[in-house]
Amino acid sequence: MKGSDVTVSGISKSFGAFKALKGVSLEIKKGEFFSLLGPSGCGKTTLLRVIAGFEEPDSGIVGIDGRDVSGLPPDKRRCNTVFQSYALFPHLTVFENVAFPLRLKRLPNRLVRELVMKHLSLVQLEGHAEKRPSMLSGGQKQRVAIARALINEPSVLLLDEPLSALDAKLRQRMLVELDSIHDKVGITFIYVTHDQQEALSVSDRIAVMDQGLVLQIGSPQQIYENPASDFVARFIGETNIFAGVVASREGPFATVECEGLGPLLVEANGEAPLGARVSVAVRPEKIRIAAESPGARPELNVLSGVVEEPIYSGFQTKYIIHLAGGGSVTVFRQHANWSEGVPDLKWKDEVYLSWSARDSVVVESDAVANDEVVNGAARPPAP
Amino acid sequence: MTRNYGKIYAGPQALWLTVFFAAPLAIIVAYSFMKRDLYGGVLPQASLEAYRSLANPTLLSVAWRTLWVSFIATVFTILIALPCGYSIARSGNQAMRLFLVIVPFWTNFLIRIYAWIAILGNEGFLNDLLKILGLRTNSVQFLYNQGAVILVLVYMYLPYAILPLFSTIDKFDFTLLEAARDLGATRMQALMKVLIPNIRGGLVTAVLFTFIPIFGAYAVPLLVGGKDAYMLGNVIADQVTKTRNWPLASSISMGVTVLTGLAAVIFAATSRRTAQHVVEDSGIGPLSATAGIPSGGQA
Repeated sequence: MKGSDVTVSGISKSFGAFKALKGVSLEIKKGEFFSLLGPSGCGKTTLLRVIAGFEEPDSGIVGIDGRDVSGLPPDKRRCNTVFQSYALFPHLTVFENVAFPLRLKRLPNRLVRELVMKHLSLVQLEGHAEKRPSMLSGGQKQRVAIARALINEPSVLLLDEPLSALDAKLRQRMLVELDSIHDKVGITFIYVTHDQQEALSVSDRIAVMDQGLVLQIGSPQQIYENPASDFVARFIGETNIFAGVVASREGPFATVECEGLGPLLVEANGEAPLGARVSVAVRPEKIRIAAESPGARPELNVLSGVVEEPIYSGFQTKYIIHLAGGGSVTVFRQHANWSEGVPDLKWKDEVYLSWSARDSVVVESDAVANDEVVNGAARPPAP
Repeated sequence: MTRNYGKIYAGPQALWLTVFFAAPLAIIVAYSFMKRDLYGGVLPQASLEAYRSLANPTLLSVAWRTLWVSFIATVFTILIALPCGYSIARSGNQAMRLFLVIVPFWTNFLIRIYAWIAILGNEGFLNDLLKILGLRTNSVQFLYNQGAVILVLVYMYLPYAILPLFSTIDKFDFTLLEAARDLGATRMQALMKVLIPNIRGGLVTAVLFTFIPIFGAYAVPLLVGGKDAYMLGNVIADQVTKTRNWPLASSISMGVTVLTGLAAVIFAATSRRTAQHVVEDSGIGPLSATAGIPSGGQA
């Protein structure tokens, strides 16, 4: 691996009375595609700026390859940044933008040309070298910014919401391209985003942040399947959360007594002592919806309810089901075997919901969220 | 049907410029080609006498000094105005700081020149201070030399440089400086290679707004400069009021106008070539800057 590992330990940073980072620690491995994910104002961009050297932390240490770089100015760190606004120099051509770091080093013209053309071809912009940034589309500007950030051969590339200014289709394409650039150059990428879909699809690991703290670090699968808290579960994708008390433990499973809903069988990773108040999370796509009861089976949770709102969106239908025991649940239903499966479910139809105990997990309950989830209502963040 | 009201709207402006700019200019042009009358005024006879008199060693040395003083004063003004405009653009209370920049305009400019005399004079505050501190026993001659003229000119025209510089720096995207630093530039390199090229429009405006009026300066060299700090403006005034050679005054004025006009065009053209797209982006071009510029010959 050509990249560096990045260690962040105990970083705190305040802007006036606002605490942007409250003691953040991370270990990012060599060559990893690491995402900092969180809502706006969670501190992810501040953390990136601390790593880049634009912000001096109030306390804590940034290490690159085991060397403490705290206090070094940005031009002395072997990391380069792709800015959210691209930050291309408007007075220079595409070629000179990419050549900027080389001109500072006074490299001979021939070498500059060779390196710049190599990097422009990496981002497929060979034909645009003599254009001004103002003549480029958003996606092309983004590519120039990436080529410029890579030409110094940094060992860490910092990307600050690089795709947020692009439209949805282009964002998908650029994401795939970023991933392939990461594979080609093999250096460490630290990617800041508020878009959980982006983070899930390209990252090796993700750190979910909120209010200046890291809530969970893990692979996309770990974050999605085993969210550490209510907040993570809600922020990453849609989810249903039920509040309850652990009534019994049995091997990997726990029975959680939920108000109004009765007992639910849940997978618990040893963190659910008897009598503890916990939240249970179930992803909407893991719940089966049917007009008839699937019958009682071990390891299967069954609830009944009424369709409150079917929302058809082509590749799937999203149902909001009002539960018999109170509260509501979101369910996704894919359209494979659409005709032979259950008939089209309509408003006010009575339905049965079922899911395997293994598909529901106990998450650590955030104190704040408790009141909201008592009725089992799922309030996922807007996608 | 929509009617084009453009010409009607432009009417008052056209009238104003004709009466107060074009007509006086035409009179000066006409006078410069006439013969002098004995006690001021002109005789209606065509003559190139006034232009022939321009090739006079005294006059040429004053012209050269005027050019030199204007150049030095402009350089100092810009060097002070740049960090000023930068810090105002980056500060939290721009309105207050801009207000402080224009506050001196509330005082008549002659009074401000006399204030400098009160500070720099032989019995002035500065000499008093030096004596109180025991650094000098007798007065230092601060006034009536070229240095005093340059100091007061810089003071007078600083706001004209700060304001256009502030307005372009305010529109500058400071992320570009971070990008430059990130890519390996030192603080100074980032300023020189990224900030300066991107605020060229404002720089050109600031240079023209200071150089041109300073080139025509009259009151400042008259009041704080000695005989050896005389500038073209003073020579013109003397020709009008003392020597009463109006054609010569007119021909010197023409010289000032042509020189400053030429300087402005050359300066604007060279900086436009290097910063064309920036100018297009910001809308503050050297051309729009020259359009509203006061011609030499006042202050």
